[in-house]
Amino acid sequence: MNDTAAVPAPDPKAALGTSAAPREISVGDIFIEFLLIGATSFGGGVVAYLRNGLVSKRRWINDKEFVEFLAISQTLPGLNATNMAILVGDELRGALGAIAAVVGICLPGALLMYAVGMAYHVHGDRPMVTAALKGVAAAAVGLILATTWQLGRKSLAHTYDVIFIAITVLGVNYLHQSVPRVLIAVGLIAILWYHPRKSDKEGAAR
Amino acid sequence: MNQIPALIRVFSYLSILTVGGGMAAFPELKILTVDVHHWLTFTQLIHLYSMGQMAPGPNMMMIVSIGDWAAGTLGAVVVLIAFFGPTAVLAFLVGRLWIKLAKWPWRDSIQKGLAPVSIGLLLAGCFTLAKGAVTGATTAAIAFLVFVILLRVKINPALLVLGGAVVGAFAYGPKIF
Repeated sequence: MNDTAAVPAPDPKAALGTSAAPREISVGDIFIEFLLIGATSFGGGVVAYLRNGLVSKRRWINDKEFVEFLAISQTLPGLNATNMAILVGDELRGALGAIAAVVGICLPGALLMYAVGMAYHVHGDRPMVTAALKGVAAAAVGLILATTWQLGRKSLAHTYDVIFIAITVLGVNYLHQSVPRVLIAVGLIAILWYHPRKSDKEGAAR
Repeated sequence: MNQIPALIRVFSYLSILTVGGGMAAFPELKILTVDVHHWLTFTQLIHLYSMGQMAPGPNMMMIVSIGDWAAGTLGAVVVLIAFFGPTAVLAFLVGRLWIKLAKWPWRDSIQKGLAPVSIGLLLAGCFTLAKGAVTGATTAAIAFLVFVILLRVKINPALLVLGGAVVGAFAYGPKIF
């Protein structure tokens, strides 16, 4: 594990960006880049930071690959950020690359929240702190709604997807069904609804 | 009482539920950590979760605090591994397979079908959070304003959440002036 930390500093010529020739990407490089993204992506929206770091800055993958990985990340369980780290890390350097990427992206936030959690445990019941946190929690609701809204506009195929969304929300919030039960039931119906059609095949074979 | 086995069970289960994002697991996170295991109160969970929205990186890092409170530093590490391990292994295995399945017609059906369900799960999680976080006119106004601003203006959401903290402190805090 320690040898990843002993990786030499990046070649200064490569850092200048004068040559577009692909160079060997080490596990250490992967760890450092994901650590940077994990430490700077304040305010959610890690996906935008990932695209900026991996596609624009480092050019480790291109836009098409990025979108492909993102589609897989969103379909699979797991947070988009960690799934992307696994997929990109694996693509670049196999299993070790995947581990380096996911540890790198998680480490800064985990350490920060460990410290925040301890501070909150000690000072969390001060009136000023609870007052401020009431505002923080309300703002978080707005933030998550906005993120979900934007994700929905990008990833939904049809307007009648609203029906699947509504059934899912009803199932969890009003019928109080467990998340896995709703996921499997509505998920299966939705997948069957979008079953492969002949016209799709012809379109793809064109 | 040793909480480690319960932490592993709860967080590896929650791991599998995070389809679309961490918020999808929030309703079960609330039931298991608050109602079943009493590791923290609903208010504390809401506070930790919302503070976690300001932290960099994947937005579920607040689970570290739950592990720490329940079983110390070891609990924090265990929770991290239990929560991120299963989906990491799944992404690794399925990711390799998924790329090979590019021509499999059902692949597109699965992606299209799960998209609305994951949005629904995120919304359901958001409503669970809102039940505890939006308690009156002021909090409703904060949530609504943040939502509208984020859809219209390109601004770092962390700044808006900080803004929420300031408004909250003035609206609900002890008068200091």
